[in-house]
Amino acid sequence: MNAVPGVGRPTRPDAVASPAAPAHPGKGLAQDEPLIFELGGWDKTGVDFSAKARGGDRDSSDLEGLTRAVPLRLPGLSEPETLRHYVRLSQKNHAIDLALYPLGSCTMKHNPRMGEKLARLAGFADIHPLQPISTVQGALALMGQLAHWLKTLTGMPAIALSPKAGAHGELCGLLAIRAAHEARGDARKTVLVPTSAHGTNPATAALAGYQVAQIAQTADGHVDLADLAGKLHPDVAAVMVTNPNTCGLFERDVIEIARLTHEAGAYFYCDGANFNAIVGRVRPGDLGVDAMHINLHKTFSTPHGGGGPGAGPVVLSAALAPYAPIPWLTQGEAGFDLTEEATGGAKSSVGRMCAFHGQMGMFVRALAYMKSHGSDGLLRVAEDAVLNANYVKARLSGVMTASYPDGPCMHEVLFDDRWLEGTGVSTLDFAKAMIDAGFHPMTMYFPLVVRGAMLIEPTETESRRELDRFCDTLLDLAAAVRARDVERFKGAPFHAPLRRLDETLAARKPRLAWTL
Amino acid sequence: MRYLPLTDADRADMLAVIGAADIDALFVDVPKAARLDGPVDLPGHAGELAVERALGALAGQNRAAGAGPFFCGAGAYRHHVPASVDHLIQRSEFLTSYTPYQPEISQGTLQVLFEFQTQVAALMGLPVANASMYDGSTACAEAVMMAARVTGRRKAVLSGGLHPHYAQTAHTLAHSAGVETRRLGAAVDAERAVVEAIDEGTACVVVQTPNVFGTVTDVTAIAEAAHAAGALIIVVAAEAVSLGLLKSPGEMGADIAVAEGQSIGNGLNFGGPYVGLFACREALTRQMPGRLCGETVDAEGRRGFVLTLSTREQHIRRDKATSNICTNSGLCALAFSIHMSLLGGAGLRALAEENHAQARALHAALAAPPGVEILTHRYFNEFALRLPRPAAEVVESLAAKGILAGVPFSRLDPEAGLGDVLLVCATEMTTAEDIAALASALKAEITP
Repeated sequence: MNAVPGVGRPTRPDAVASPAAPAHPGKGLAQDEPLIFELGGWDKTGVDFSAKARGGDRDSSDLEGLTRAVPLRLPGLSEPETLRHYVRLSQKNHAIDLALYPLGSCTMKHNPRMGEKLARLAGFADIHPLQPISTVQGALALMGQLAHWLKTLTGMPAIALSPKAGAHGELCGLLAIRAAHEARGDARKTVLVPTSAHGTNPATAALAGYQVAQIAQTADGHVDLADLAGKLHPDVAAVMVTNPNTCGLFERDVIEIARLTHEAGAYFYCDGANFNAIVGRVRPGDLGVDAMHINLHKTFSTPHGGGGPGAGPVVLSAALAPYAPIPWLTQGEAGFDLTEEATGGAKSSVGRMCAFHGQMGMFVRALAYMKSHGSDGLLRVAEDAVLNANYVKARLSGVMTASYPDGPCMHEVLFDDRWLEGTGVSTLDFAKAMIDAGFHPMTMYFPLVVRGAMLIEPTETESRRELDRFCDTLLDLAAAVRARDVERFKGAPFHAPLRRLDETLAARKPRLAWTL
Repeated sequence: MRYLPLTDADRADMLAVIGAADIDALFVDVPKAARLDGPVDLPGHAGELAVERALGALAGQNRAAGAGPFFCGAGAYRHHVPASVDHLIQRSEFLTSYTPYQPEISQGTLQVLFEFQTQVAALMGLPVANASMYDGSTACAEAVMMAARVTGRRKAVLSGGLHPHYAQTAHTLAHSAGVETRRLGAAVDAERAVVEAIDEGTACVVVQTPNVFGTVTDVTAIAEAAHAAGALIIVVAAEAVSLGLLKSPGEMGADIAVAEGQSIGNGLNFGGPYVGLFACREALTRQMPGRLCGETVDAEGRRGFVLTLSTREQHIRRDKATSNICTNSGLCALAFSIHMSLLGGAGLRALAEENHAQARALHAALAAPPGVEILTHRYFNEFALRLPRPAAEVVESLAAKGILAGVPFSRLDPEAGLGDVLLVCATEMTTAEDIAALASALKAEITP
């Protein structure tokens, strides 16, 4: 660090009274920014066109009666105005590149920039999904390699690459299961889901036309085997289990769960959202899994992008492979090919889940990530992810109440609000105070199986220094709770771009678009 | 291991803090039978340069659209994306943030979504739009399922002009939810046929304009007929740029409008990731799938934005949710919104007119070779041709000569008996030289 000369600088900045905030359009580096609709630009455009287009003498008379009668009212901004607008907005976001982002079951890990560079190569970014197969052999080879890595890491024989996100992959898996049952003339009606499951599991089961029944959980955070066995009627099509589960625990009876499920003629669907904890160390195929989606945007670090795009390839057992959605990637002597119709050899396929072939841009990034780590590095990913979570657990457990204190956790650690009881501070308050201290809150109030849940997933890409910074911060906040400094929590955040927002107002009178 | 910050010394110290003998002690819950002894059978780690070489080699085996004359459309469009768009979406704060569940530190993403929703609603001519879907095809399928929820009916009629991938996707997704789709026979210009197929069980009709053959249709009369029968009309646009010039779905009476937004701000990317646009009438808002961003105020009365109406969604409603969607297409929606903010209404109109003009030039050039019959007469930037030979053969042959001549319809629907139909598209990227090259090569190809 460079030495800073003292001349001209206040030696005790806190001694200088801060003036009442005047109504300026910014504060230090933080700039206010109106909506684009409030910046003028109604008759402008930030894109230059050829003289002909600009002159408006393009002839659209052949479309008479089919064109807009009223001009499209949207503002256009010059390039400098556009840059300012979005850079100012960006500075109102938390990001992994800024600090640890401990959202449980979301796997907010570092996103290598090499992936961004490679996905933008013209040979990947500038190819059309319906170009002749002979002109996209490299793209299909990349999909083939990705498929090979994912199948090898999961120990599963088949894969469907096209699902666009985790929930889309869940649906793909359940549709394959449904098709397999129907092919045997054994239509079943129920899917069993543990109480700790992510909301997409029951929502997907319902979307796939199933009734959802819940499996109870034991006091130590695992699937209740006796309850499961009791509910495995001949009407059960599938059991959907997240493993490691959303309590951050490995389902130690998973092989027995699979056995019971198969014995009842049902299929075992594994939600792979938490695959990061076991990648390279455990193959779901060895556990008896029939189908599992893999969130490439979690375990294989394609950027979350403020909520997508994701990618949710699904690995399938041999029994389910014939039902995989089209397109199917095949390899013959002439090279790679795509089977794009559910006919002929693919006639048992559940059909098409989306247009084209899936999230190619994500495939490039995920394969680059996997090749960088290799089999040895991926093993280390799982180990460090689990180590970091257990380190956080060890450092915080003396103060916060871990829901499952006995034994290690996997890649995430679950706390509840028992330690906050009687303090006047809720899980929400505590989380909002974390914002003032520079961190994004953990996943709150999920899973639903403990009260006031706080689910922390640090991931393997955090250094020990950052983990300590995070733990020290939480311990400091916890000390403030014990000191009954309730004001620090109730009104938090005080230092974010905005204070707490009124979500009730937003829902009661929805205002979903700007209007004059 | 350039992405893993822990050192061996860190690991040893941390295990000591935890009180574990070794790393295996943390995996004690994993059954012994399931623990691997060592790394799986895959190559070991590789440096950035080595990975770049390996993937660069694969990229090099593909023919990029920019390498020569290019006329493919059919649901994915090659447009110019301003450099500032791709620069901005790589800002760390946009690229490496999660779904904006903590609004106080996610106002950047949330304001973008609010602006995006407003832009989409304006394009569609409808009052409400959501914060994006995976792509146009899944947006269309979700719209069909939404129409079934709204009407309590279980049948959907799909026009023969609907993109076959969209029809197949709607079939796969809606079928599982108990909604039957009936797709009419592929036809260049027969959207009105959906009216004849409506009965008392019809939840919705789905009509695409411009359709997969490029035909532009005013669906106002179809909308009126659907409404008279108590059904909804879903209007689909696979090419969002067309919305800059053509009548909006809302103007024509659409209840729900969906579009593929890729062509604004996003590249071809071999089919994904793309961004689905989804808009509807206000009365249907609470039946919408996907995320919605709404305006509100903070504790000091300042305007802010939050995800709202989440009681529709899976994380609250679980098996009663309107959809199972969790992830949307945030970064692609951002790219769309930035490009749209640069263009504005006037710019999008100019861009759309430029596209239409290029297509007219292409139309004129391809009408000349004897043996070529142009099938589409009211088009925006793409149209269909009938060739005297199977279109797939012609496309393959021209590809070998460096011209990507378009999409054979048989690639999308081999059963339709339209093996001689070629779909061609021109955009602002197409040059006069490209058009001349295709016309000349096509003439040579089909001249006996």
